[in-house]
Amino acid sequence: MTVSAPMNWRRIPERYRLKGSYCETCGKAFFPGRVVCPNCRRKGKLKEQDMPRAGKIFSYTKVHVGPTGFSHETPYFIALIELENKAKVLSQIIDSEEEKIQVGAKVELAFRKVGKDDKYGAINYAYKFKVIE
Amino acid sequence: MSEKKSGIIGYGVQIPLRRIKVEEIARVWGKDGEHVSEGLNVKEKAVAAQDEDSCTLAVEAARKGIKDFGIDPKRIGAVYVGSESHPYAVNPTASIVGEALGTTNEYFAVDLEFACKAGTAGMQICMAHVLSDMIDVGLAIGADTAQGRPNDALEFTAGSGAAAIFIGGDKKEVIAEIDQTCSFTTDTPDFWRRPRAEFPEHTGRFTGKPAYFKHVLGAAKLLLKKTGMEGKDFDWAVFHQPNGKFPIKAAETLGIPFEKIKQGLLTPFIGNTYSGATPIGLCSILDVAKPGDKILAVSYGSGAGADAFAITVTKNIETRRAAVPVLKQIERKEYVDYAVYLKHRGKIKSL
Ligand SMILES: [Zn+2]
Repeated sequence: MTVSAPMNWRRIPERYRLKGSYCETCGKAFFPGRVVCPNCRRKGKLKEQDMPRAGKIFSYTKVHVGPTGFSHETPYFIALIELENKAKVLSQIIDSEEEKIQVGAKVELAFRKVGKDDKYGAINYAYKFKVIE
Repeated sequence: MSEKKSGIIGYGVQIPLRRIKVEEIARVWGKDGEHVSEGLNVKEKAVAAQDEDSCTLAVEAARKGIKDFGIDPKRIGAVYVGSESHPYAVNPTASIVGEALGTTNEYFAVDLEFACKAGTAGMQICMAHVLSDMIDVGLAIGADTAQGRPNDALEFTAGSGAAAIFIGGDKKEVIAEIDQTCSFTTDTPDFWRRPRAEFPEHTGRFTGKPAYFKHVLGAAKLLLKKTGMEGKDFDWAVFHQPNGKFPIKAAETLGIPFEKIKQGLLTPFIGNTYSGATPIGLCSILDVAKPGDKILAVSYGSGAGADAFAITVTKNIETRRAAVPVLKQIERKEYVDYAVYLKHRGKIKSL
């Protein structure tokens, strides 16, 4: 998958620091960030905000056949993570013992390369999560 | 030096989870593993995973420092990343680190390279910025995912790891004042890597006496002269550690017993982390040091030079500590065999 350089660049704050948004009216947090609050519509007031760096596994799956760029990492885990502010993030789970990857397991943010980079291309850095004891 | 003091206000260390034993590498090349391991005084080394590089290690180390020591990233006025394995030949690691930490856009930034001493060089530059009131807080990082050519002597020791050292001048925050620093530099090519070369070259035995020892001891003696101290005045010492033996010998020469360097001697367990080595050892000492303790730290970079520091621990250390000490972090590990190691380090040619 090739994404244009400007598109990648725009997503850097989101990928590096989990920059999302929250609604000042209803308090709900969104990741990725939104411009309109689905609850409050016109009454919503969205502000940019880095998401908390900890949360728990809401749901997970083990990937045996990875897409292009991920085939050498299989088997690996993908989880839907509920952050401390209830926003949800889909992320790879790394450096965690298989038996500890469970629904409800506490996870924290890591910073890693995502997918296999081509030798001459730009490197994609982004969030991944790991289970904390 | 001026009346104003600068010092370490926080730190963080990142060591990859994976390890390979020296005996496992020796097995593949038909060498006597026990003999090699004993000769180097290295048992195993830390292996960066396929999704880790010097930049990710740098970010993860710095994030720990920010969290554990309560440092607002918006105060960071300089980011210097020292490494000989920057992920890009052109395009800085420092700017990626700044963005990942959430600094403002007003900060000095550049990548540094001086073989294994670029991390401590960053500390010296941050000190100078703080002492001259150019910045509030400076971040110096030593990070490497060191490469050794398969079956080369370096392959047994070339490890991965990073330390992030935050330098500031606020007396309420400084956990360790840097009393003095100096460098000893000559043109001594004992280890190098040309552009586009995948692995470094080195000069074997030449890396010892005329290279490592001459510079490490040269910088240490300069520092002792400047401070009017002797080796025995220090409670702790850390030296660059390309293997587990050189630093022990350097300490002995300076009259420093093994007990004082043991806490910062990590190469036997994680390998030589190059630019990370001296800073990580220093952080491990800070994990246990008490107020008033004196620390001697001397890095070494091939090419060649050494940076020496005389450091005094302050009472702030009683309330400002890392959440997980370096030695504790190292305990958590996962062993890989040689084939998995090759996969993670990108040494399988057909991939
Ligand atoms: Zn709302």
